[in-house]
Amino acid sequence: MSTTDTPTDASTAGEPILSVRRLVKEFPIKSHSVVRRTVGAVHAVSGVSFDIFSGQTLGLVGESGCGKTTTSRAILHLQPATSGEVVFQGRDVTKMSKGDLRRMRRNMQIVFQDPYASLNPRITVSEIIAEPLKIHGLYRGGGRAQVAELMSLVGLNPEHGNRFPHEFSGGQRQRIGIARALALKPKVLVLDEPVSALDVSIQAGVINLLEDLQDELGLAYLFVAHDLSVVRHIADRVAVMYLGKIVEVADTESLFERSQHPYTKALISAIPIPDPRRERERERILVQGDVPSPANPPSGCRFRTRCPLRMTLSETDAARCADEEPALVDRGLGPQHLTACHFAESES
Amino acid sequence: MPSRVNTAGDTLDSAARQAARTNREFAVKARTQRQIVFTRFRRHKAALLSLVVFVLVVLFAFIGPYLWHTSDTFMSNDIYTAPDAAHPFGTDSNGIDMMASVMQGTKSSLIIAVTVSVAATTIGAIYGAVSGFYGGWTDTILMRIADLFLTFPIIAVAIMLDNRFAAEASSLWLLILVLAALFWPGAARVIRAQVLSLKEKEFIEAARALGARDRRIIFRHLLPNTLGSIIVIATLTVAGTILTETALSFLGFGVQFPNTSLGLLVTNNQTAIEGGHPWLFYIPGVFIILIALTINFIGDGLRDAFDPQQTRVRA
Amino acid sequence: MSVEKPGLGAGEELLAVRDLTVTFPTGDGDVHAVRGVDYTLRRGEVLGIVGESGSGKSVSSLAVMGLLPKTARIEGSITFQGEELLGLSERKLMKVRGKKIAMIFQDPMTSLNPVYKIGFQLEEAILAHNDLPKQQARKRTLELLETVGIPFPEKRIDQFPHEFSGGMRQRVVIAIAMANNPDVIIADEPTTALDVTVQAQVLESLRVAQRETGAAMVLITHDLGVVAGQADRVLVMYAGKPVEIGTVDDIYYNPRMPYTLGLLGSLPRLDANRAERLTPIQGAPPSLLSLPPGCPFMPRCPLAREMCAEQEPELLPTDDPDHAAACHYSALLAGKKAEEVFVVSAADTDLPESYGAEVAGVTGEIATVPEQPKAEQAE
Repeated sequence: MSTTDTPTDASTAGEPILSVRRLVKEFPIKSHSVVRRTVGAVHAVSGVSFDIFSGQTLGLVGESGCGKTTTSRAILHLQPATSGEVVFQGRDVTKMSKGDLRRMRRNMQIVFQDPYASLNPRITVSEIIAEPLKIHGLYRGGGRAQVAELMSLVGLNPEHGNRFPHEFSGGQRQRIGIARALALKPKVLVLDEPVSALDVSIQAGVINLLEDLQDELGLAYLFVAHDLSVVRHIADRVAVMYLGKIVEVADTESLFERSQHPYTKALISAIPIPDPRRERERERILVQGDVPSPANPPSGCRFRTRCPLRMTLSETDAARCADEEPALVDRGLGPQHLTACHFAESES
Repeated sequence: MPSRVNTAGDTLDSAARQAARTNREFAVKARTQRQIVFTRFRRHKAALLSLVVFVLVVLFAFIGPYLWHTSDTFMSNDIYTAPDAAHPFGTDSNGIDMMASVMQGTKSSLIIAVTVSVAATTIGAIYGAVSGFYGGWTDTILMRIADLFLTFPIIAVAIMLDNRFAAEASSLWLLILVLAALFWPGAARVIRAQVLSLKEKEFIEAARALGARDRRIIFRHLLPNTLGSIIVIATLTVAGTILTETALSFLGFGVQFPNTSLGLLVTNNQTAIEGGHPWLFYIPGVFIILIALTINFIGDGLRDAFDPQQTRVRA
Repeated sequence: MSVEKPGLGAGEELLAVRDLTVTFPTGDGDVHAVRGVDYTLRRGEVLGIVGESGSGKSVSSLAVMGLLPKTARIEGSITFQGEELLGLSERKLMKVRGKKIAMIFQDPMTSLNPVYKIGFQLEEAILAHNDLPKQQARKRTLELLETVGIPFPEKRIDQFPHEFSGGMRQRVVIAIAMANNPDVIIADEPTTALDVTVQAQVLESLRVAQRETGAAMVLITHDLGVVAGQADRVLVMYAGKPVEIGTVDDIYYNPRMPYTLGLLGSLPRLDANRAERLTPIQGAPPSLLSLPPGCPFMPRCPLAREMCAEQEPELLPTDDPDHAAACHYSALLAGKKAEEVFVVSAADTDLPESYGAEVAGVTGEIATVPEQPKAEQAE
């Protein structure tokens, strides 16, 4: 296996609970004539690999169009991957039969972004949380008690179980979604922007809850987000995506304190900090131009068209960015810190 | 209630907060989704009035016969009487009281209409939901089949089949079947459209992520969320059925003796206007129009109640 | 009832809002979206208005621009350079709008007309208030595009909005706002829908726009990070009323209203230590339909006491006359940190006491989701 395939975290003993290898997802673009031929493809995810460990959170960050949401769906086989492997405890999810896949769903669950659209408005909250149990035949013999317990676990009053989703606030609905995801006692939880749609003062409560649950239940989280402040707070390890590829992955502190990839640096510098003095003193790295279309990504390094570092390079060096795709490897600038840039340099 | 922290040595007055909470409890009432729909419906004046009128018509048709002094089979000696105290709707060529006839006719028409509506809406909704859910080739084929039904010129075919065949095939059930066949594709289309947008919603994806099978998703998640549309379609189908049945009666393919219907009454009394007893034609006709109108208004009101148009302003 | 004292920086007073109240009549009663807003805006300064859903921040700015639906009842006073804006005829308002007061909205796609070229829309904005020959208008258009940082303006001037990315579009909107050298720019959540790197670009453009025109700016947002970097003064709104106002340093380093304190404490920060717990604020913002007496923040406030339920606090100065807070116990908060005042819990058991109403003609954050019914108090 080449070095791009194994970003391992040796600090944690044991095997990863979930391993993603060379995940690719392409959406065909069809022509609009009578005979619909495939004329191109949107390269949403182009070879993504990472590991997730029990009790740990991997943050997957990036801006719109980077492929992080598609990755999360592909892992759960909600949108089948074009190629690649998703290995859960030794078994490849992408190659499973329908029956096995259904059983596998008990191990990996997802919490969605929109608290208003992710719950069926026509059934009660208890029914929403009970549904996974009923689907897998686990409701008989104590199902009701389990639902009540789950509600308490996420910080809700079990007596409100017979109410409908619209009677709850946004933050509470998100908790309902979490309770539903936990009903089957999964080992891996994919969280797709779980707090982005909530008011700021309410986000904190849900974030605290997620942290508590992880400690209590030993869950592994894949935390997909665009808000780096939140990710910094909750993640152990962070992977940064750009245009379908991971450009940098490292332990949280390493990534934020000593980022190596120019995109990561620009991303971090762009995030506003609620601290006026620091904001006044900050130097912003501005990225030029727009994100290229994922249907036609740049050759070599995909970030080269906007890279502030590239503009400072000599011609021969700059040409390398276009000719040779940088591999996501450890460049010796930090432990367990992988970067996909030919000219990465560490900076505190 | 979660416990709070003491600050600067002050004791927090939870009693005060409790008191404030109680005040708020009385300031604000609980309302379910159903209640909201009812409230909105009540604001639609035309729909409300129509509902009242329609209920009166229903009572007239179903309770009326028990209260009325004659039946629609009793042939009296008063032939072709104009409306008077004993016969508010007059009598026909056989001395049969028109009021009783109209009662029975309305009852029969309504029963047929409701049956057709239930059948067509149920079949159409499930068909549309399945088609929309699966998409792709399944959807295309299913919808083309539905289109076939839609474009089928039932009136023209009815004319071709002519009265003879109609008389033999006088089974009420056949009529109901034919009418349902006319109306189910409309329901299918509407529900399919709604399902197409619903299935992108995250709670559907959530159900899939939990491992729910297709059947569960369609019947437990998609269809219940189209209830508003279903109710509106069912309501409007009732009106549509009554009108179509009347048209078919005119062509001889509607309800036949010994069954009765408003359409049949109108058809049988086509020449009544020239014959000098216009009430025999107009009165059942007015009932048909009345029912169709009131149901349409009710359907309008329901549609608004389930899905009001609103402009948005952010706070 | 103003707390502003002249002397806070140079600059003439451009916009004065006094006791602004906006009420929307609905089938369920009156929704009091804005309940008494006061602020003064001086030339060259940036006022950040922050608040969450239902705070009334957007509605109050729409009122200034005269863009509220006719059903809205607006009271109070909005004076621009001494002239009263409320009650002005649409014709007179149009002279002010766009020329003197420009507004930038959240969604650039709906601010721009998709069927006209960008250059045309910009020229139109210029020619609406100036009698210039076409040539000059075009020249100014190119200047503006360059100022806001659109590369290759000569090429892009003839392109349509859909050929621009979200961030670029927003910059075009900023250019249009700048076109007539307005005295006041109102930016309502200008970067909320944008990616963070794009947000940085657009905020930079906005800063340039403000500098070049010398305009005063009202920046409305829920993002406390953006406000920290852009604003000179900050107004915090909650449930339709301002609850704290002061310089940006005052608000961030010395908040005197529990809501502000809680809000700042609940933010995960890029520069924070991971081990620190966030301090959430329990509960949810109240419905604006039938606000009971007393402070609207009371049910969520750890400092709440009897007086809070009886009397709604006024916006009164703290030790610093330019820093005002609406809290009976603002003095207690001096020097406190969020985790000393708010409990760090993860539960959220109370049902929201009431949810928004559905407003005939107006919904949105007043009623966060259109079909919300009101819920019973949990107990």
